[in-house]
Amino acid sequence: MGKFLKHQIKTWGLTELFKGLSVTGRYFFKKKITVRYPEEKTPISPRFRGHHALRRYENGEERCIACKLCEAVCPANAITIESEERDDGSRRTTQYDIDMFKCIYCGFCEEACPVDAIVETRVFEYEFHERGPNIQTKDKLLAFGDKHEAQIAADRAVDAKYR
Amino acid sequence: MFDALQAFLSTFLFDWLAILITLILQTVAVVLPIMLVVAWLTYAERKVIGFMQVRMGPNRVGPLGLLQPIADALKLMTKEVIFPDQSNKYLFIIAPILALAPAVAAWAVIPFADGMVVADINAGLLYVLAVTSIIVYGTIVAGWASNSKYAFLGALRGSAQKISYEIAMGFALVTVLMIAGSMNLTDIVNAQQGGMLNWYLLPLLPMFFVYFVSGLAETNRTPFDVIEGEAEIVAGFHVDYSGMTFGVFMLAEYAMMILISFMTAIMFLGGWLSPFEGIPLLESMFAWVPQLGWLAFKVSLLLFVFLWLRATFPRYRYDQLMRLGWKVLIPLTILWVFVVGAMKYFSFGPWFN
Repeated sequence: MGKFLKHQIKTWGLTELFKGLSVTGRYFFKKKITVRYPEEKTPISPRFRGHHALRRYENGEERCIACKLCEAVCPANAITIESEERDDGSRRTTQYDIDMFKCIYCGFCEEACPVDAIVETRVFEYEFHERGPNIQTKDKLLAFGDKHEAQIAADRAVDAKYR
Repeated sequence: MFDALQAFLSTFLFDWLAILITLILQTVAVVLPIMLVVAWLTYAERKVIGFMQVRMGPNRVGPLGLLQPIADALKLMTKEVIFPDQSNKYLFIIAPILALAPAVAAWAVIPFADGMVVADINAGLLYVLAVTSIIVYGTIVAGWASNSKYAFLGALRGSAQKISYEIAMGFALVTVLMIAGSMNLTDIVNAQQGGMLNWYLLPLLPMFFVYFVSGLAETNRTPFDVIEGEAEIVAGFHVDYSGMTFGVFMLAEYAMMILISFMTAIMFLGGWLSPFEGIPLLESMFAWVPQLGWLAFKVSLLLFVFLWLRATFPRYRYDQLMRLGWKVLIPLTILWVFVVGAMKYFSFGPWFN
């Protein structure tokens, strides 16, 4: 009898419905978690894998020694390298292309590089509207690296103890 | 106000012209604000549901996204109206009109304040019930004219549901007019005078819920929106509608929502009466609020409940929905008709004297 009465009260008192309403009613006043993207941005890890860059040493010498490890490791075959002996006898690249359409941003090239030449930066807001600019040449990558060197170096420094 | 205008116009115009002009002005004065409220109700709906899902809702167009309805309306108006190849063109055009016209026409008898009503007719309650019943033709004609299986199934389900819930709704109204002793909406509100306890909410509490639930079903709002169940029948009766023809269906749905809220407020929540009537201090404190203000406040609370329910409950299964209508709501309303009869016989409480 008690069970029957309890069931009837539960049914006709619409308790389950009011419970549901109270949940949504509480959430109505909760702080909203939306990030309004162009104005607000989420924090980015120093390990973020975005646009690529080629780095230089502090004396201005480019780091890349054309070992082609990145080209070999690249799972998407996005990197194309040609190398030649420079006048001073050192080996350097004559061509270093990354096809940004092919790249899957796995970060293997960065890990394979013995001299920390190719890196992936935290810049992710870029786009290509036609074929052509998606091929990032050596000059472009070096210029990109020069432009963002401070940020790149800071990110590497933060992450250094985990490597 | 409009009487004075009519008298003024008839001094230098034909009588029929003066009446016509006054009528048109009255219609505009009622329909225009309702259309504006409908526009911003869609905004409020998206905002409320967003808030309950810990999102922000529209916030791009204008400050706080307040201009979103204008952007939506412009988009709908500039989009192409597509006529399906095999559809019945005439019915296809008529259906949205059939849906919107009754939803607007019903406003003729709704009193916004004491005496602020376009047509103060004696059978106001009956008129509203009769006119809102016609909306079902909009649904079923839309489903038929589209010549699509999804639209047809949606229209069948929707019309069956609406007709079923109209019975419960009608019985709920019967209890109201049993207490009020009048079908004139102004009289019904005036009969509730004398503070919150005198409202029909208390003696008719189950009927209040029944009416509101039937109202949900009548306007095809969640949890009773089987008419447009995305999972099974895409968008239901208006799959094939696009552009402004679709927009008119939306207008009709939201206008009906507001109408149901107005009817609930008028019949159960004392209409334009202040809730603090008879309470010494509070009554004088809130004496500045106009009658229309109280009614608008009550209606917006009810509209918020509409949106709240939409954010909370999943859709009813069709057979459960029909079971609720026929086996729960209708017996409950019939039972309450007898309860009200008994209360009336014994002059129970402040409501029967």
